[in-house]
Amino acid sequence: MAFKFFENPVVKWVEYRMPVFSFLDHSLGSSYPTPKNLNYWWNFGSLAGMILVIMIVSGIVLAMNYTPHVDYAFESVERIMRDVNYGWLIRYIHMNGGSAFFICVYIHLFRGMYFGSYKEPRELLWIIGVFILLAMMATAFMGYVLPWGQMSFWGATVITNLFSAIPFVGDSIVTLLWGGFSVDNPTLNRFFSLHYLMPFVIVGLVVFHIWALHMHRSNNPLGIDVKGPEDMIPFHPYYTVKDLFGMGVFMLIFMFFVFYAPNFFGEPDNYIKANPLVTPPHIVPEWYFLPYYAILRAFTTDFFLYQIVSLGGFLMSAKLAGVLAMFASILLFLLLPWLDRSKVRSNRFRPINFWFFWIFFLDCLFLGYIGGKPAEGSFIIMGQIATTYYFAHIILIIPIVSILERPKPIPESISSAVTAAGH
Amino acid sequence: MSDTANPAAGISDEEEKSRRDFLIVATSVVGGLGTALAVWPFVHSMNPAKDTLALSTTEVDLSPIEEGQSITVTWQGKPVFVRNRTAAEIETARSVKAADLIDPETDEARVQKAEWLIMVGVCTHLGCIPLGQKAGEPKGDYDGWFCPCHGSHYDTSGRIRKGPAPLNLPIPAYEFLDDSIVKIG
Repeated sequence: MAFKFFENPVVKWVEYRMPVFSFLDHSLGSSYPTPKNLNYWWNFGSLAGMILVIMIVSGIVLAMNYTPHVDYAFESVERIMRDVNYGWLIRYIHMNGGSAFFICVYIHLFRGMYFGSYKEPRELLWIIGVFILLAMMATAFMGYVLPWGQMSFWGATVITNLFSAIPFVGDSIVTLLWGGFSVDNPTLNRFFSLHYLMPFVIVGLVVFHIWALHMHRSNNPLGIDVKGPEDMIPFHPYYTVKDLFGMGVFMLIFMFFVFYAPNFFGEPDNYIKANPLVTPPHIVPEWYFLPYYAILRAFTTDFFLYQIVSLGGFLMSAKLAGVLAMFASILLFLLLPWLDRSKVRSNRFRPINFWFFWIFFLDCLFLGYIGGKPAEGSFIIMGQIATTYYFAHIILIIPIVSILERPKPIPESISSAVTAAGH
Repeated sequence: MSDTANPAAGISDEEEKSRRDFLIVATSVVGGLGTALAVWPFVHSMNPAKDTLALSTTEVDLSPIEEGQSITVTWQGKPVFVRNRTAAEIETARSVKAADLIDPETDEARVQKAEWLIMVGVCTHLGCIPLGQKAGEPKGDYDGWFCPCHGSHYDTSGRIRKGPAPLNLPIPAYEFLDDSIVKIG
């Protein structure tokens, strides 16, 4: 197929001056060989890419009708919902797109953890992915502030106040972030500016992510290196079709929420206009931040982990410890390729790590549950236990298991894994 | 290098090389420093603007606030709690030993007139507004204020007693213009 196409005189003319078509063919086309055993968990990278495009397109249109001013922001969003043609549809796509983006990226991340995609030689690919996650979080946080509802305002207040925990310069940094002495009009203005900028930063990071991916190509469910052409199939048409099929299924689920449950992931309080003098009784971030929020709140003065890291309260306040722990909970992923000493990538051949992976997964879900509950009574204790386990998993369990565990025998090659079974 | 040296001027290859090294380093340092300094206007443009700084004081009339009542006023976009404390509250606040507190401070150091407690009503943990200003709101374990966000308890002097907040509720600069007017800021 590629042959006929490259004989076209127009294509030849362009190719001679700028080889864009062969670049695409080598990146996503029939000249990009891909392991032939990728399963559906490998769909979520391209799905995340698709949602990034949806978010940018819907966001650009929304910005045409949005006013970043404390007196008009809330009303301008309501105007989009009521008066702008299809404004309701575009805003609900953008709102739910944020959740969809995080669902895909979290699945993508756990897939990478389960199948050991972060291991040599894909460490840099993984590290760029962690930075994409951080950039997404910053973008999502600032975007949530723009409608200027109660949760927008108080979420912004709580999160920007995290920086006041930094010793000596904390308060100056918070004033710099706010552009005033509280979250106010200057804050809203700059968040709008940055919220518009960040998606393009993410696009840049995604380019690097794909660049690094194409160096050593996709990992696969067996976690073994490809041995030769018999282990691979061309990306196009096999995986372009599979990715498109995945997108179709995902869009059905996504549009179900957009049309029938558009506020399922949202907080009703955000339909109340921001009031700087009234804190909502129960401030919760968006669902995708809940595990980190639980970690942040776990650090109280009597939490034993705080007593350890602060040397009995000597080194830092519980507030600073909570903030550092929250950032560490993501930044520690940067070290994952080196914390995990096992040469075997896929958990299919790691009988012990397999179980710890799933316990860790459940621990993350449980932290998310705790993050959505008020910080009182047994929720505090449970959050502290789950937080302790979270860090114990990354810092202790992963390295220790990877050294002590005896992995199952791994197949010779992707092809032999099938042929050896007698097929 | 021989063809770049200048034999007419009597400069050897070696001298020419070190002259060029010096120029490269000097130019890079000046250029780099200049670029670094040029960042400051952009960073500083994000600090509070002059009009924001201008709104820095608020005057409050205390005469309608009866004993045991509180009002909330806005100062620099933040809520300020003004409470006319009862004798019992003052007594409780002063009976605690400052050294035993999370953020040690005596009640006397936090007020100019014992009955008037004036403080910024922003939780020192993550900036929520503590409850306890209105009758019927939870006042926490120490009968002062309670922050619902992450469970910080403040006493009748606004000092942190329990929970994740590290510091007492801050006291703004204020002065009594006469017996019933106070200027905050």
